[in-house]
Amino acid sequence: MNKGAALSTAEPKGASRWALRMHSLLIYVFFYAPIVVLVVYSFNDAQLVGDWRGFSLGWYEAFLDNDNIQESIWISVKVCIASTVISVVLGTMAALSLERFRWWGQKAFDAVLYLPIIIPDVTMAVMMLAFFNETSQLLNLIPGVDLSAGLEKLVFSHVAFNISFVSVVVRARLANLDATMEEAASDLYANRWQTFRRVTLPQIMPGIIGGALLAITLSLDDVVVSSFVASVGGTPISVYVFGLARKGVTPLINAVSVVMLSASMLLILASLGFQRATQFAREEK
Amino acid sequence: MKKVSPPGLEKQAIKAKARQGFFIGLPSIAYLLIFFIIPLGYVIAYSFATRSRSGRTELRDWNVDAYIRLGEDVVQAVAWRSLWIAVLTTVICLLLAYPLAFFISTRRPVIRNLLLVGIMIPFWSNFLIRTYAWRVLLSSDGLFTKVVEGLGLGDGRILFTRPAVILGLVYGYLPFMVLPLYASIDRINWSLVEGARDLYASGWKAFRRIVWPLSRPGVVAGSILVFVPSFGAYVTPAILGGNKESLMGSYIVDQFMDARNGPLGSSLSVLVLGVMLIGTMIYFRQGGRNL
Amino acid sequence: MNHSSSAVELKNVVKKFDEVTAVDDIDLTIGDGEFFSLLGPSGCGKTTTLRMIAGLELPTAGSVLIHGEEMGLKPPNKRPVNTVFQNYALFPHMTVAGNIEFGLQMQKVPKEERSELIEWAINLVEMDGLSHRKPTQLSGGQQQRVALARALVNRPEVLLLDEPLGALDLKLRQQMQIELKNLQREVGITFIYVTHDQEEAVTMSDRIGVMHEGKLLQIGTPEDIYERPTTRFVADFIGRSNFLEATVASENEVVLSNGDRLQLQSDHETGESVAITVRPERLTIHKKRENSTNQHQIDGVVDSVVYLGNAIVYSIAIDWMKLEVRSSETSNSRYSIGDEVTVSFDPSYVSVVSG
Repeated sequence: MNKGAALSTAEPKGASRWALRMHSLLIYVFFYAPIVVLVVYSFNDAQLVGDWRGFSLGWYEAFLDNDNIQESIWISVKVCIASTVISVVLGTMAALSLERFRWWGQKAFDAVLYLPIIIPDVTMAVMMLAFFNETSQLLNLIPGVDLSAGLEKLVFSHVAFNISFVSVVVRARLANLDATMEEAASDLYANRWQTFRRVTLPQIMPGIIGGALLAITLSLDDVVVSSFVASVGGTPISVYVFGLARKGVTPLINAVSVVMLSASMLLILASLGFQRATQFAREEK
Repeated sequence: MKKVSPPGLEKQAIKAKARQGFFIGLPSIAYLLIFFIIPLGYVIAYSFATRSRSGRTELRDWNVDAYIRLGEDVVQAVAWRSLWIAVLTTVICLLLAYPLAFFISTRRPVIRNLLLVGIMIPFWSNFLIRTYAWRVLLSSDGLFTKVVEGLGLGDGRILFTRPAVILGLVYGYLPFMVLPLYASIDRINWSLVEGARDLYASGWKAFRRIVWPLSRPGVVAGSILVFVPSFGAYVTPAILGGNKESLMGSYIVDQFMDARNGPLGSSLSVLVLGVMLIGTMIYFRQGGRNL
Repeated sequence: MNHSSSAVELKNVVKKFDEVTAVDDIDLTIGDGEFFSLLGPSGCGKTTTLRMIAGLELPTAGSVLIHGEEMGLKPPNKRPVNTVFQNYALFPHMTVAGNIEFGLQMQKVPKEERSELIEWAINLVEMDGLSHRKPTQLSGGQQQRVALARALVNRPEVLLLDEPLGALDLKLRQQMQIELKNLQREVGITFIYVTHDQEEAVTMSDRIGVMHEGKLLQIGTPEDIYERPTTRFVADFIGRSNFLEATVASENEVVLSNGDRLQLQSDHETGESVAITVRPERLTIHKKRENSTNQHQIDGVVDSVVYLGNAIVYSIAIDWMKLEVRSSETSNSRYSIGDEVTVSFDPSYVSVVSG
């Protein structure tokens, strides 16, 4: 069956065809217009957002001069790196355990692992708040942990939701990896660790990197959970911007927003480029 | 004499492998136990706990007051309002996304991939910033207001109103509807539709009898992906609704931040969790795991 | 067979997956340097048997011995065998040379020795000049050769091959059959070859074990298996066969259903109903009542004629059934439909199998 020929009958004819095209176009406008406006206004040389007074980089300079914002970004980056590294390691191990082994209680673990993905932000935030309220004294007893600065609390709670996302992404990759490849390695005298290191790991790397990019994005984007667990003076940038944004619109926030959006875009481009590369490699087969 | 290895060797090996699998999973099991299951337990415990005069939640004198309070008019109003807004958001997203997903899946591969990337970018972009962008547009001297009023469509100052919140939610969660819908529509074998058009001879009938039923898993998945976060939304109402009307998410946050009523905040969280679990159960019953 | 010269021994091996018995009490000894094929339809347990030798599965009961040593719980990496997998299972992220080197690296073979061995293996499978390619850049036949080289470079005591030619087209497969056989002679390693293709097994093997529903039905040389099948399944699975219903009259006589008596040795009990099998090409066709001494004769009528180029296949209707006769006489004395003929056969090419 020629798909092209079949598609032509799927697409409506005449007026409804144009209505469909118009509708789709408008949705893309709807998606991108606010972002474009935000970017444009961030270069506006005015105190008020509404009126255009000409091009200026002034708000970006103000952004660079603002110590609070710098501090918040720094906190976000630290939390993001720490939580991504931990969740990638734990999430990959969880994926391996679920996809390559059969053990008692596995189904329960699988179900629990799905929960952080589907649980609403607010519930998760309340959970972490209650938990740290009740246990911070206990956790502070662990050497090297000092919850009062809030950084650890942020890392702990970001890892709690990111393990699941990483493991889902890595698991999808593992499921597509032919298990006879691992059998072949062990047949060729590789022990379990060597099999993992030399055969499994290189091939699930795209999944691990994809999971890491997702973890970075989720950690940087999180507002609700972070605002519940962050301590005074230890707010990550998303919480900081949220606090300002609910009060009102200022060109300074616009500039910060564009910087954060650029970070998002960079991550998207990285993951899309990455997907393309792996897809390309797969098509070569 | 035949030397036969004792039976049970195989079982022994299976057990050893199972143990190994468990130990590989153990770090994340332990982590989730400590930082997810126990916190969940605390929230459930809080919902049965007592609020002290100073507003502290004390784990004693267990009671169901916080659940009884869910029946109060104020709470009921918040719950129904949130439900209504979440349903409305879901329906609007579905109406907007279905034709779009259909359009994308009938494009040539190159165009199709470009259009999909166009959906992926907002899907992955910072949600807070995307919501904030609407605040810029909607502000009293913002572009949206000017355009609406310039076209003579009436008062464009919708910031801090319910339509603004719904607009923000639709904007935020529309990609969550488009992607699963696209996935299920794209899998439809169009020769079936062609066959149906021969039989029924009407495009609308072919759509209703063939395309719609086959795309239902995507409709269910997308609806749940939009409905659940909309119901518990916090960021959007805070930025675009100005917290004028309390919605579930912001009401829960208020219980902890302002009213200092941990038990009520917790029983509300359990309620939201229940809604989410029911949604997920429907999702899996519809075979949504494939999406 | 002498114990010291056996490469692989399976003793009372049983493998169950949950309640399904995949391999049912197999006893088998494979000699050193032998090319042994496990032949059977899909799902007969042949691959499972191979995997138990490799250590990729563990037997539910029974034991696997390699060169007299009990394998027990030994994992695959501790067994002196290598496998050529059905889908090759080449490592896509390594080059051809990298794939071949893998086993040597794992065994900590010194670098200089490694490169010598790699060169030897690449030469052996005639892949010179392709060592820096990735597996995805190779054709199916080339991937097959790499899989072979990757296994053989380790100079295993036993090489296990799991339908290695299954994915190749017919012509390439026939060419590879010959190459494989030559290769095995050259390296002198025991080959255990799993296939469902009877022609492949007959062409290459020193001995064949025919499996069906987890049981090893018959072991023997290709000739044994073809000319003297012991069960109806084996006769039917390998080549074509005519089955004539019969009853055992005594230790060395069976009675066909038309009352004809045949002098045939069988270990079946007197009175048991059995079948005798005759290959179509072991039947000769004559004009009716033409003399042919020492042979058993049955009269019939030509029912159909199929010309195959190098042979003619007749279907001859006899009193109670139809017989397939394959005649390589294609020019002289052709018969046509309706001709009254006599079919004869030499009882020494006939086997008695259970009904």
